[in-house]
Amino acid sequence: MEDMKLKKNPLSFHLDADDFLPASEDEKQQLDIMRESTTFWKDALKRFSKNKVAMVAFVVIILVMILAFIVPNFYPYDYDQMVRGSENLWPMQYSQAEQARIDAGEDVFPHIFGTDKLGRDLGIRVLTGARVSLLVGLVASALVLLIGSIYGSVAGYFGGKVDLIMMRIVDIIYSVPDILIIILLQVTLKAPLQALFDSSSIFDGLNRVGVGLISIFITFSLLYWVSMARIVRGQIMTLKEQEFVTAARALGASNGRIIRKHLLPNCIGTLIVTTTLQIPSAIFTEAFLSFLGLGVAAPMASLGSLAADAINSIASYPYRLFVPAVAISIIILAFNLFGDGLRDAFDPKMKK
Amino acid sequence: MTKYVCKRIGYALLTIFLISVITFTLMNLIPGGPFMSEKAVTPATQAALEAKYGLDVSKPQQYVNYMSGLLQGDLGLSLKQKGRTANDIIFSTFPTSAKLGGISILLAIVAGTALGSLAARLRGKWGDQLIMVVSTLGIAVPSFVVASTLMRIFGVELKWLPTMGLSTPMHYILPVFTLAFYPMAYITRLMRSSMLDALNQDYIRTARAKGVSKFSMLFKHALRNAIIPVITYAGPLLAYTVSGSFVVEKIFNIPGLGREFINCITGRDYPMVMSTTIFLATLLVLMNVVVDILYKVVDPRIKLK
Amino acid sequence: MNTNSDVLLDIKDLHVSFFTPAGEVKAVTSVTYTMEHGEVLGIVGESGSGKSVSAYSLMGIIADPGKIVGGSINFNGHEVEKMTEKEFRKMRGSEISIIFQDPMTSLNPVYTIGNQLTEMLRLHTDKTKKECEERAIELLGLVGMNEPEKRMKQYPHEFSGGMRQRVMIAMALACEPKLLIADEPTTALDVTIQAQILELMVALKKKINMSIIIITHDLGVVSDVCDRIAVMYAGKIVEIGKTDDIFYNPKHQYTVGLLKSIPKINEDTHERLIPIEGTPVDLLNLPAGCPFASRCDKCMKICLREMPPYTEVSEGHVSACWLIQKEEFEKTQGGKHDA
Repeated sequence: MEDMKLKKNPLSFHLDADDFLPASEDEKQQLDIMRESTTFWKDALKRFSKNKVAMVAFVVIILVMILAFIVPNFYPYDYDQMVRGSENLWPMQYSQAEQARIDAGEDVFPHIFGTDKLGRDLGIRVLTGARVSLLVGLVASALVLLIGSIYGSVAGYFGGKVDLIMMRIVDIIYSVPDILIIILLQVTLKAPLQALFDSSSIFDGLNRVGVGLISIFITFSLLYWVSMARIVRGQIMTLKEQEFVTAARALGASNGRIIRKHLLPNCIGTLIVTTTLQIPSAIFTEAFLSFLGLGVAAPMASLGSLAADAINSIASYPYRLFVPAVAISIIILAFNLFGDGLRDAFDPKMKK
Repeated sequence: MTKYVCKRIGYALLTIFLISVITFTLMNLIPGGPFMSEKAVTPATQAALEAKYGLDVSKPQQYVNYMSGLLQGDLGLSLKQKGRTANDIIFSTFPTSAKLGGISILLAIVAGTALGSLAARLRGKWGDQLIMVVSTLGIAVPSFVVASTLMRIFGVELKWLPTMGLSTPMHYILPVFTLAFYPMAYITRLMRSSMLDALNQDYIRTARAKGVSKFSMLFKHALRNAIIPVITYAGPLLAYTVSGSFVVEKIFNIPGLGREFINCITGRDYPMVMSTTIFLATLLVLMNVVVDILYKVVDPRIKLK
Repeated sequence: MNTNSDVLLDIKDLHVSFFTPAGEVKAVTSVTYTMEHGEVLGIVGESGSGKSVSAYSLMGIIADPGKIVGGSINFNGHEVEKMTEKEFRKMRGSEISIIFQDPMTSLNPVYTIGNQLTEMLRLHTDKTKKECEERAIELLGLVGMNEPEKRMKQYPHEFSGGMRQRVMIAMALACEPKLLIADEPTTALDVTIQAQILELMVALKKKINMSIIIITHDLGVVSDVCDRIAVMYAGKIVEIGKTDDIFYNPKHQYTVGLLKSIPKINEDTHERLIPIEGTPVDLLNLPAGCPFASRCDKCMKICLREMPPYTEVSEGHVSACWLIQKEEFEKTQGGKHDA
C-alpha cells in the first residue's frame, strides 16, 4: 500500500471552498460525450461506404451496367452486323475499305477490340454479351429470390407438418446434382419451348427475348431457389418467436400480413446479400453452359459464348478470348466483392 | 448411427429415383423423338430402329424397361456410337476422369486449407493480401479461361508442359491445376475466414492461458474446428469437379467421361446423355452420403439421428 | 526483489491501452495494488471498467490491439511487463491460471474433456501419459464430478454449464498455481450453481494455498468469499479495502451506488433498488476530472476539473473521491466557512 500515491493530507492550499460547491446539471452534461445513435440502414450504409473495396466494386458494377445497357444504343455497329471485308481484324485495325474511307476524310469508328471471322465488331459484341450475362444474373437471381423467399417464409412461418413436408422436398432437390439437371434441361427444353412460343402470338414478347435466355431463366430458377428457401426459413423461424410478431398477431394481423410486414423486412439484409451473391454464380453457370454450347443461341452472344467461340482460335487471335474473359472476370469479381461488402455492412458480427 | 446411415441411404435412393424420372421425362419432351436428325428414314427403318432401342412400346412401359435395365446395371445403348453400350463407354472412360478428379480434389483440399490457414496466420500482412487477391481472382475466372490461358503460356509460349492427353505424369499438371484452381481458391477463402473465426473463440483464449504454444494453438485447437466448414464444402466440391471435368477434358483433349459427355450433348446422343447423367448423379448422391457421415467423425457435436 | 515475502503480486501504476482505428482506448489507467499469498481479492466494476483487462495483463493474454503502456507488474518474482511470449507460456497454467466467464464456449468443442485436461499436465509437468490421465481423473473427482473415468471420454457439449465450469476449475488447478484469476466465473451459470462454484474455489484454495482474483460485476456474489475488494470504474481503481470496509464504510460514490443496487433479501425494508443513472464515460476521451463525475449525485465543481487523489481512509482502505478531501477541508477551515 505504501507505494500508492497516497495523500493523507492533501495539499489544501490550491483548493478553496468554491471547488466543493455542487456542480450544476449543465456542467455535468458537458462531460457526456455521446456517440451518435444511428438506424439500421444508416449504420449499414456508413459501414459500407467505409469499405473501399466494396465501394470500388459498386462503382464498377454501375459502369458495367451503363456500358452494357446504355452504350450499345449509341454504338455505331450492331452485334450481328457483319462488315464485309473487315473479317479477322486485330484491335484498332482497319480493313482496306475502311482505310480508304478514312483517307477520303470520312470518320470511321475504330474496331476497338477488332472483329471476328464473320466481320462482326468485337467491341459491340462484348458489350451486348455483357448485357446478356448481366440479364441472366439479374433475372435469375430475382426469380430465385421470389421463389425462395416465398417458399421459405411459408415453410418457416407455418412450421410443423407443413414445414416438414416442404423442407423434405427442398432436401431432395438440394441433393440433386444441379449442374447435371441444368445441362439436361438446357439440352431438352429449348425445342419444346420454341414449339410453344411459335404456337401462339401471346408469346411474341418472350420470343423476342429468345428461347435460349428464357430456358436459362427457367432452369436456374427451378434449381437454385432451394438454398434461398433454406436461408429464409431459418431466419423466419428465429424471428417468429420474437415478441413483435406475437404483438402483431394479438392485434389481429393476418398471416400474410405478418409475413410481408413483419418477418420479411427483418431478414432483408440476408435476402439482399444472398441475392447479390447469387448474381455472379448465375453468370458463372451461364458461361459454363455457353462453353458447352448450351447457352444463348447465335447470333446472340453472352460473354461466356464469346470466350468459348474464341478458344479454338486462341493461337492466332488471343485477344478474342482475352477481352470477354477479362470482362466476365471483372463482372463476377465486382459482384462478389460488392456482396461481401454488403454482408459485412449488414452483419458486423460476421466481420472479424 | 446405423439408423442414420440407413435413413441417409434411403433418401439417396429416393433422390436417384427422382433423377431417373426427371431425366426420362425430359428426354421424352424432345419433339420428334431421338431420331429426328436422321435424314430420309423409311418407315420400315424407323420401326426397326425403334424396336432396337425399345421405343416401340408405351412411354411408361419404356420407363419400366429402362429402369429394370438400370437395376441390372444396364445403362442402355449409345445412339451414335453404333454397337457400343453405355456401360462400355462409361466404364472405359470413367477411370481416367476419376483419377484426374481425385488428384484435383486432393490438391484443392490440401493446398486450400494450407493457404487459408497461412493467410489467417499472416492476417493483414502482404502474404495474406497476396493469397486473398489470388484466391478472389480464382473464384471469378471461369475454368475454360484458366485452362486456355495456362495452355497458351506454358504449352504454346514457354513449351514447358504438354497440353494434350494424359500419357505421362507431366501431362497431368495443367489439367489438374485448372480443375483444382476454383475449389482451391474457394477453400482458401473459406478456411481463412473460419480459421480467423476459430482463433477468436474463447477456447483459444483458454488454450493460450494454459500455456499452449502458437503452433499447437493453430494446428491442434483452431484447425480442427476451422476445418468443419470446409468439410461441408465437400459436396459442392465433388459436384464442381464433375462439371469442371467436362470443360477440362474437352480443352486438354483427355479421353475421360467428361469429354464423352460433351460429345454426346453436341452430338445429341440422347440415350447416352441420359445414361451418363444418371451415372454421375448416382455417384454424386452416394458420395454426399459418405461426406455426411464423415462430419460425425470430425465434429462430435453433430448428433446423427 | 520483494521486501515482504508474503507479497505474491505487486502491480504499480499499470496502464493498458487498446490502439483501435478510432484512437487510443485507455482501458486501464494507473492501477496499483498488491496481493498476498492465500488472499482472495474481488475486483468489481461494470462492463468496460477494465477489470478483466487488468487481470489479463498479468498473464500476457490481452486481446490483440491491446498493450501494456506503462507501470510494472511483479508476480512471484517475475517482472511480468518485461516477459517474452515464451516465458509467459511457461508461467501460464503452472504459476497462474484463469477461469473464464462462459464455460459453454471456453472448452474446445472437438476434443474430449480428458484430452484437454491432460494437455495442461503434459505441458507443465514431466509426467507420463498414464500419470497425467490418473491425475486428471483425480482432479475431476476433486471438483466434485461423479464417475470421473467416464467423464474423461466425453465431449464438452455433453456437459451442463456448471459441470463445464468445474472442468475449467480442474484444468486451472491441475498444476497447483500460485494465483487463480476467475473472470466472472459464475455470471453465465444458474443462481443455484453460482454458490457451489464459488465455495468449491475457496475450498480448493485452502488445499493448495493459492491466491484468487475474482472478477465480477456483482458485489453480492463476492461478499462472502473475498478478503478484500477493489472497485474499478473507467479503467481506475476508485476504491479498495477489506470487504467489510467496502460494504459498511464505502467512501466513493460509485461504490455507494453499487451497494444500493444490490437486492437485500434479509432486511425487512421495502426500499426500492436504486440504479446508477447515466452511462459510463467514453474511454476514447477520458475527462480531466473524476470519470464518475457526470453520474455522481454529489458532484462538485472540482470533480469536473481534476482527478481526486488516492487517500487512505483507514488501514488498507484507500479511495479516490473529492468528498473525502471536502471533509478534511471543512475540518481544517471549518469555522471560517460557517461564518
